[in-house]
Amino acid sequence: MRKTLLSLATATAALALATVAAEAKVKACFIYVGPIGDFGWSYQHHQGALEMQKNLGGEEQVELAYLESVPEGADAERALERFARSGCNIIFTTSFGYMDATNAVAGKFPDVKFEHATGYKRDHANVATYNSKFHEGRYVQGIIAAKMSKAGVAGYIASFPIPEVVMGINAFVLGAQTVNPDFKLKVVWANTWFDPGKEANAAKALIDQGVDIITQHTDSTAPMQVAAERGIKAFGQASDMIAFGKETQLTAVVDNWGPYYTERVKAVVDGIWSQVDVWGGMKEGHVVMAPFANMPDDVKAAAEAAVEKIKGGFEPFTGPVAKQDGSEWLKDGERADNGVLLGLNFYVKGVDDKLPQ
Amino acid sequence: MFEAIVITIATAATPILIAAIGELVVERSGVLNLGVEGMMIMGAVTGFGVALTTGSPWLGFLAAAIVGALFSLLFGFLTLTLVTNQVATGLALTLLGLGVSGMIGEAFVGQPGVKMGSISIPVLSDIPFVGKLLFGQDPIFYLSILLTFGVAWFLFRTRAGLTLRSVGDNHASAHALGINVIGIRYLAVMFGGACAGLAGGYLSLVYTTQWIENMTAGRGWIALALVVFASWRPWRVLAGAYLFGAVSIGQLHAQALGIGVPSQLLSSLPYLATVIVLVLISRNRRLTMVNTPASLGRPFVPDR
Repeated sequence: MRKTLLSLATATAALALATVAAEAKVKACFIYVGPIGDFGWSYQHHQGALEMQKNLGGEEQVELAYLESVPEGADAERALERFARSGCNIIFTTSFGYMDATNAVAGKFPDVKFEHATGYKRDHANVATYNSKFHEGRYVQGIIAAKMSKAGVAGYIASFPIPEVVMGINAFVLGAQTVNPDFKLKVVWANTWFDPGKEANAAKALIDQGVDIITQHTDSTAPMQVAAERGIKAFGQASDMIAFGKETQLTAVVDNWGPYYTERVKAVVDGIWSQVDVWGGMKEGHVVMAPFANMPDDVKAAAEAAVEKIKGGFEPFTGPVAKQDGSEWLKDGERADNGVLLGLNFYVKGVDDKLPQ
Repeated sequence: MFEAIVITIATAATPILIAAIGELVVERSGVLNLGVEGMMIMGAVTGFGVALTTGSPWLGFLAAAIVGALFSLLFGFLTLTLVTNQVATGLALTLLGLGVSGMIGEAFVGQPGVKMGSISIPVLSDIPFVGKLLFGQDPIFYLSILLTFGVAWFLFRTRAGLTLRSVGDNHASAHALGINVIGIRYLAVMFGGACAGLAGGYLSLVYTTQWIENMTAGRGWIALALVVFASWRPWRVLAGAYLFGAVSIGQLHAQALGIGVPSQLLSSLPYLATVIVLVLISRNRRLTMVNTPASLGRPFVPDR
């Protein structure tokens, strides 16, 4: 029922889409999986889009169009086709589930550039993929958590068991283990990206079971608020959530898409766009940590040192790392292969959870 | 820990209960309003906005209920006066609510709201285990219980309630007896709207004190389903809402404890358990037939 409704909503939104076009040089279009008011994933993409428009000379230079809450799968294809026909020069599809739709439509419109976030398929020359190394930020969070936690156990509210989320959990644990080898992590799967009520309940359940640090890989600010009410510390997700926990947020992994969007749309304007597969992290400025707050100076110093180390080229998934069952994954000094990371489907040692398959 | 869990369950159940009780009255009068989700989200955004500007969550709740009722009036005018299709109009109301609330709420995104605090009665709320649950909750929790009690009493113990049910069971006969069918249905629809608005306000003022687009996340639909599965009985709606809340919270605890059951299965448990239990208690077919409003969803045009 909800799905039908959403597609109805999409159709209505598509009809209502009428951005007035002056003589803009380029038309950049965005497809978002959630509402731009989610203050998380889609919100950050939209902020990046607005930053890009500003950087490239405002409305006169760049025409911006976007569709919100577009369901993943077949519905996305219609939205994409509509965009392609309406004169978009470049279309950004900002969720993993748009992968097949993006490639299918790209084949029909070879003159339009397509950029798909977090995917790996580039079937046509006009499809590029981009992603961010969020796990670098999670690694730093793990270090902070292990230093701040008195109970020695943190809670992790996860969305779906996809590689990106599993990577985040593993990186968090690896970071924490550099401080406290016995650090424990409790994981709760919300099975949703976005349901404030459910996320709040998950946070409450974790706190009731004794964790004193909350971190989340779901999109709303609800867990931050619960942590604030219960007087423990937490990490923000996707955007800086300090307003929801002035004495609670330690830091947040902020998705910073602006620089990438600016670079890519500019490439279209200059006529030098070409297919890429970008996986940028802290070094490239795609992943930014919100200001370190609510922690003693020594913890802050350790966190800053970790950020510098990562910016210098350090990969959190560097051996020795053991899998959850104790068997060896990475030898001493061995760096994990990007392909393995992007398809990660197992835990490292120390995660107190069974990975849903 | 036990206390904390029980209170979490009550918080999860309250918005669903309030919205469902409102819809129950609407459906008992023979009108099917599928716009609960839309009215709820309108209540959520209004309640949040008013509380934020005035600083008073009470005013927020009041505004949420009023806007919910006004929004349902639109549905009432279309389906009762213009006799449009109730299913289609209800769906349209949901879509409209989700869209309009997003537009109104744009300025509120990323702002912490005003929370309605819990009351605390000295001594009583310190009783172990049940003290906080019975005497230390937010005021709307008590209102939701009173509402269930009030609606049960009204529907089955008062003359006005009997009239409302007769309108829902056979609007032609009720009309022939001189009962103002359309007028009663208008009142029922507005009551349902006010309840849905209130439930929405609960989400943005108590449950998670913030405004985010689509923050109802399907709770309106759960409330709608609950009314049917509870075979239009108020106390069963209450039981269903709490069962749903309890299993929702329970499965999160089970996960945090690290038991080896797939989380996808655990996540679907609240829905499964609620449906199974309510179907079991409604298995008496004859009683269920008696409780089903016979004119539900059928348009009414007075012949003269």
